[in-house]
Amino acid sequence: MDILIDYWPLFRDGFLTTIELFLLAGVASLVFGVILAMLRVSPVPVFRATGTLYVTVVRNTPLTLVFLFFVFAYPYLEILELSFFTAAVVALTVYTSAFICEVVRSGINTVPLGQAEAARALGLTFGQSLSQIILPQAMRSVVPPLVSTLIALLKNTTIAAGFSVSEAGRIRSVLSDDGENQLVGLAWVALGFIVIVMILTLVQRTLEKRWSVAR
Amino acid sequence: MSNILFDAPGPRARVRHRLLAVLGGLVLAGIVAFVGWRFYDSGQFTARKWEWIQYKVIQEDLIAAVVATLQAFALGAVLALLFGAVFAAGRLSDHKPLRMVSGFVVELFRAVPLLILIFLFYYGLPTLGLKMSPYMAVVLGLMLYNGSVLAEVFRAGILALPRGQSEAAYALGMRKTQVMVLILLPQALRSMMPTIISQLVVLLKDTALGFLITYEELLRFAQRIGGEGQFSRPFVPTALVVAAIYIGLCLLLTWLATYLQKRERRSKKHIELENGGAKAQQLVLTADAGGGGGGV
Repeated sequence: MDILIDYWPLFRDGFLTTIELFLLAGVASLVFGVILAMLRVSPVPVFRATGTLYVTVVRNTPLTLVFLFFVFAYPYLEILELSFFTAAVVALTVYTSAFICEVVRSGINTVPLGQAEAARALGLTFGQSLSQIILPQAMRSVVPPLVSTLIALLKNTTIAAGFSVSEAGRIRSVLSDDGENQLVGLAWVALGFIVIVMILTLVQRTLEKRWSVAR
Repeated sequence: MSNILFDAPGPRARVRHRLLAVLGGLVLAGIVAFVGWRFYDSGQFTARKWEWIQYKVIQEDLIAAVVATLQAFALGAVLALLFGAVFAAGRLSDHKPLRMVSGFVVELFRAVPLLILIFLFYYGLPTLGLKMSPYMAVVLGLMLYNGSVLAEVFRAGILALPRGQSEAAYALGMRKTQVMVLILLPQALRSMMPTIISQLVVLLKDTALGFLITYEELLRFAQRIGGEGQFSRPFVPTALVVAAIYIGLCLLLTWLATYLQKRERRSKKHIELENGGAKAQQLVLTADAGGGGGGV
């Protein structure tokens, strides 16, 4: 308990950075993931192939490697300079969007055939039927796995600590510099994550109840 | 490929699709060309940046790094499977305390980030006088986290078997243990095999976390060679090579899963699962992203 009180600003700032990372990367990967999912169900083969290639490559690459690339290798390409924090957001977005894409795509498959057929019978184009008929229903049915993916994202933000972002995973190294008990410090960090995950799980249940589609 | 979203295209749609394909192709080619140009312009394709791969010592190091990754994967996988089996059995037990304890453990380790678990072993335990090698810390972390996910997968698999299986076994006078070991487990394992292997792919990817606690695996290798001034810091080439190795290994495992799935479907012993199969798959999909949450 002493460590938590003595180092309260450190813990607070660490977790705030974690949450900031989580929110930024979460929104970005939701947007990017839905776009990818739209590519993957598009009638144009080139778009489908692009989506599939992206998802296959990213899903089979460890997140740590994505981080390593954006922090160490990317600067050598001299495109746009990224701060450590931005690099972390980009790496997390690149990685998580592939999973969001898969979740959304599996949601699209759960929408009954009749919905798409009715939309087409009304003369809606592919874009219209996807954005106004299919996706809204698909998003509702994938709320639980979507939130699980976001929980995964939250846990993955800890990896940023290994790449010079001072977030919750980094608390340990500060404690270690001060010669404090790292076991206790890490236990508090773990507890912090458990609490946030529990809150997200609650959100998940509430949304699931409110938004679930009766079929 | 037909899809629920569009009809087979007519003549006008075909023209439109071709137009879009050309446009999309151009945009893609533009992106690829830009990245390629950046690679070229910043000198990533110069021979000097790729020279390192010719040195025998470095080749041996690379092999050693792959072996280190596979070592962590192998031991982690075996332990995680065992952990998963034990705690799945615990969660399905008839005794309430046992059920509650296993449920708590499984949910706990699913909710804590894997990296924090590994840190706990590597940096935390020495304060209790228990010195951990990076290898052991990685393996233990992988065991606890992936074992917990696997426990849920096993449980979903066993629960998804038709009730008739266990009822028939009980009717023959078998005990609970016999029913579990002789009847339910083999069938659940068969039907869950592809899902289990997908989780092992996750485990393989997670070995990369060892990088952050100085375990000498593939990423460490990439960073070490990438930082060598002697080869003019080939960070980009080494990252590409290591990524290719990871993707190759993972695809190999994924291919094995698909093969087993196909064989399973053709097999006479195939058993139609109730909706638990889909649930387990979902579990792994979210675990793949880095682990689902836990509602303790």
